[in-house]
Amino acid sequence: MLLIDQILGDFFWRALIGGLGVALVAGPLGCFVVWRRMAYFGDTLAHSALLGVAFGFLLQLPLNLTIAATCIVIALALVVLSRNQSLATDTLLGILAHSSLAVGLVALSFMPDVRVDLNAYLFGDLLAMRQSDLIWIYGGAAIVLAMLFGLWRGLLMSTIHEELAKVEGIPVERLRLVLMLMFSLVIAVAMKIVGVLLITALLIIPAATARRLARSPEQMVAWAMVIGMIAVTGGLSASWHFNSPAGPSIVVAAFALFTLVYSLLRPQRS
Amino acid sequence: MTEALVKLSGAGVSFRDTQVVSNVDLTVSRGDILTIIGPNGAGKTTLIKAIIGVQGLTAGKLWRKPGITIGYVPQSLHLQSALPLSVRRFMLMTGENWRDCEKALTDTGVAHLAKASIHRLSGGEMQRLLIARALARQPDLLVLDEPAQGVDINGQASLYELIRSLRDRLQCGVIMISHDLHLVMAATDQVICLNHHVCCSGYPEDISRDPGFVEVFGAQVADSLAIYHHRHTHEHDLDGRVIPTQTGENQDKASRHAPH
Repeated sequence: MLLIDQILGDFFWRALIGGLGVALVAGPLGCFVVWRRMAYFGDTLAHSALLGVAFGFLLQLPLNLTIAATCIVIALALVVLSRNQSLATDTLLGILAHSSLAVGLVALSFMPDVRVDLNAYLFGDLLAMRQSDLIWIYGGAAIVLAMLFGLWRGLLMSTIHEELAKVEGIPVERLRLVLMLMFSLVIAVAMKIVGVLLITALLIIPAATARRLARSPEQMVAWAMVIGMIAVTGGLSASWHFNSPAGPSIVVAAFALFTLVYSLLRPQRS
Repeated sequence: MTEALVKLSGAGVSFRDTQVVSNVDLTVSRGDILTIIGPNGAGKTTLIKAIIGVQGLTAGKLWRKPGITIGYVPQSLHLQSALPLSVRRFMLMTGENWRDCEKALTDTGVAHLAKASIHRLSGGEMQRLLIARALARQPDLLVLDEPAQGVDINGQASLYELIRSLRDRLQCGVIMISHDLHLVMAATDQVICLNHHVCCSGYPEDISRDPGFVEVFGAQVADSLAIYHHRHTHEHDLDGRVIPTQTGENQDKASRHAPH
């Protein structure tokens, strides 16, 4: 017990444990982002997280909660708006991404009693991780991983071919909503680590790197988890040694791994 | 023996103001092969998507025999090359056991590819894999959207032959879309010629004489199918709207051509 207390009492270890927890869920979800070409979608949700922060201060509610709720609302709005296709989806995503970011920034500036460190929200504030954040991260990770495990076949099949999945009786629409719910949860907890501007990187870079190493969807998920965890460990160590910002250092580490794997390994025959 | 599997009556699908398909009646029973032909953009794919339940009808009725299993072979698999997937794994994702999956692969002649990545398959191999996947589920009704797309001419003939032999063995109903008129005429029981509405329908030998068919495919195609040409009661403009022919002298033609 003493050792655990000591570890959790140290801000570096708290940051590392939290970061590893996020890498664990970002791996599988990142694979879905890559498979379903949702990178821009993830970006939009992440940007809207800042609006969630503003709501949290305004309503005096836990930030994790308001961030997740805002992401869910934006995700649902996207589903509804993209059905009514008078604008291309990427235009719509661009509008929502930057508008929600801008509205969030403006709203925060109107709250004079709230002293907000914007940098922490935009680029992450991993080293200020508290024990309660760790509970959020591992609680959220457990829920998301359990859902992914239970719904795996349906999620994978509807990713490969929606109509085939529908004909085979898989509830494609419902699964899409579940996936968005999971994204919202993960963004809410991952924001602490890398901030709204870099969350998408934490999702897609490990998954894209894993593609070179994997021969099956499950292998790709496993590799994405491992690579994400290496990136978190490497990035945090670098930030410790070179006094660089933690969030960006993690993304740089992930990118270094990506470059290394893609330049050393030839494409898999799968 | 002739147990109806699916029936459409007065079926229509429209997106906003555009009527894609209207007033379609059809019945497919066990052992039937129904082929839907028609020009690009005629609503063929929309029609079969309605039959398999992926696309809702905006008019008319769809009846499917309760509890039937539908095997669907989509037009093309837009594969994300980012998703590593072997043929074996893709087959197993039907939820069927490997013995049934392997048998289906053998039936369609691609069992040797079980370990290959689905990203490495040729067009013909992919079509056969998709058919195998539909088969593994032991379908009562097999629905194929241009199964011969991207397959060379020899391959096309054997693909249609395969579909026919599967029908014989499984006694399932088959609905397919095709552009390969010569092969369709040889390999099908019933043809529907669709151009937003059913221009004509019937047995292959009748249909090629139907004015609706000639109108859609032109006299040249109809002639090349060893058919005599006769005049049609209406034309379509570029949007597919029906324009009555000025001179109505062919009203007396006996045909199953749907009136407008």
